[in-house]
Amino acid sequence: MLWNTVLLALREIKRNVMRSFLTILGIVIGVGAVITLVTIGGGATAQVKEQIASMGSNLLMVTPGKRLGPGQSSNTPLFKVSDGEAILRDVSSVAAVAPVSSKSLQAVFGNANWSTSVTGTDNEYLRVTNRSIGSGRQFSDSELRAGAAVCIVGETVRKKLFGGQEPLGGNIRLEKLSCQVIGILTAKGQNTMGMDQDDIVVIPLRTFQRRISGNQDVSLFQVSVQQGASTDKAQQDIRLLMRERRHLSPSDDDNFNVMDMKEIASMLTGITQLLTALLGAVAAVSLLVGGIGIMNIMLVSVTERTHEIGVRLAIGALEREVLMQFLVEAVVLSSLGGLIGIVLALAGSVWLASVLRVPFVFNAGIVIIAFLFSAAVGVIFGYFPALKAARLDPIEALWYE
Amino acid sequence: MSMMALNPTDNQPLIQLQGVTKVYGTGQAAMHALRGIDLRIDEGEFVAVMGPSGSGKSTCMNILGCLDTPAGGAYKFKGIEVGELSRSQRTRLRRFYLGFVFQGYNLLSRTSALENVELPLIYRGVPAGERRARGLQALETVGLKGWESHTPGELSGGQQQRVAIARAVVTDPTVLFADEPTGNLDTARSREIMDLLTGLNREQGITVVMVTHEPDMAAYAERTVHFLDGLVASDKQNGRAT
Repeated sequence: MLWNTVLLALREIKRNVMRSFLTILGIVIGVGAVITLVTIGGGATAQVKEQIASMGSNLLMVTPGKRLGPGQSSNTPLFKVSDGEAILRDVSSVAAVAPVSSKSLQAVFGNANWSTSVTGTDNEYLRVTNRSIGSGRQFSDSELRAGAAVCIVGETVRKKLFGGQEPLGGNIRLEKLSCQVIGILTAKGQNTMGMDQDDIVVIPLRTFQRRISGNQDVSLFQVSVQQGASTDKAQQDIRLLMRERRHLSPSDDDNFNVMDMKEIASMLTGITQLLTALLGAVAAVSLLVGGIGIMNIMLVSVTERTHEIGVRLAIGALEREVLMQFLVEAVVLSSLGGLIGIVLALAGSVWLASVLRVPFVFNAGIVIIAFLFSAAVGVIFGYFPALKAARLDPIEALWYE
Repeated sequence: MSMMALNPTDNQPLIQLQGVTKVYGTGQAAMHALRGIDLRIDEGEFVAVMGPSGSGKSTCMNILGCLDTPAGGAYKFKGIEVGELSRSQRTRLRRFYLGFVFQGYNLLSRTSALENVELPLIYRGVPAGERRARGLQALETVGLKGWESHTPGELSGGQQQRVAIARAVVTDPTVLFADEPTGNLDTARSREIMDLLTGLNREQGITVVMVTHEPDMAAYAERTVHFLDGLVASDKQNGRAT
């Protein structure tokens, strides 16, 4: 009997292909959007995790302020070079420390100019961040000590400024500083936050301090812990050392942060997941709108088929059989929309994943949930029109013009 | 559903109306459609119901067809007090004992003749194979063999009414209610339909209650009941036409 009703519903849908399609479009878009967003979001989360894992779990980042990101209190003292030296000297499990200060600047070569990130650091930076020189050389000790006007550029900067020309030995201008290109970094692509890691100019820290920032501060330290040593222990040791160096009394909170990659990873995946959930919720609203569309068309359909309903009731259809017929029709419609949405979403996700260079991670859970949700939309929004049909008076329905 | 309430008694008359009244509206605007109808119809009869518009014959047919309930008085169908049944119990009564033929045919459009005829069997829960066999049989009875797959739009008025009759009798009903079955047809088609109804009444023993405006059509029946102002004005046996 139920199967018969489903067949009947399918036939009714087939009779009005165009209208049926327009009716379920809302559900198609809703289901499609939810699945696509969650799938791409899941892929992005997986990518963040993978990239952080590839950077190694032995990385620590020491930043001033109470937490990473905006909202640092302005009176927090910044770091000095000596802080980094102290970490390397006093914390035995630390393998390397790179002081980092950066600023966004316009880089100019001849007629070409390009806005990029200028980082002042030393050779340890390459080691800690796992980067290498593709051509040319790294800084010499004397260049680092003297704050020489030399720089190493990333692949993106090379392309934008030099095009086909030989970059090595060329002079680029960063504000008032004119520096000679001595090396090119090996290309690395985008990082976890979608930033181009090759869009960078590296200069000696001392050069940065003297010629660009005009002070002796260091923005942050990137620390690599010796292989096999505990990052937790190193983290704790650095924390104690920094508290001492910053003269914090036992009652004071830390005015700096020592984070390992796990924390950064969880923070980043947290942001990604939050965004995914928000976008998914917006998409879910469109499912609701789709449901209202179905209710609208089912009401029209009930009015159009008043005669048919009258005949069915007169020849012996029970109220609940008529109710069932229209309810099944609504559910078949919305489920059909759900199925089409799933197919489109999976195709769209595969394509979008390749465009955004995010891995495609099939999420069976969200597919099933979205499908059940679309069927539920049919039940909820189909019930009222179906009830209206079932409650019709057969006499009035038969005489309805 | 309580079949107890639907337990018919064979030693009772098929249809018995006693002082049946029906009022539409209330107070000053109240319209007394039926003012006290007494009517008895036995199994196997062929009854024509006549009367001018507003005489109450349609209201009476709706009550007889268990589509409506009397406001006062009693309607007993095979001894069952219809006025006391719930809506779904009346539906079951229609499903198992009654067949309907309407003036406007009321077939499902864009649905084949066979599927239209099978419709009441679906609600009786008859399996698909048997449904098809009985549907084809009924179409053959009304002379539409070979027209099974045609939709109402592809059939003439007379053919559509035959499909409607096939749909009404496919369930072997006890009573067939026909509401102006020839109202939309020309004389020749009307005679064919009346011959068909007469045949069903004589050969299959189906009781036929038919509303009509035309004395020619009423002459096919054994008995004619005239309605006037919500009352039965006359009720007499016909010399049956052949």
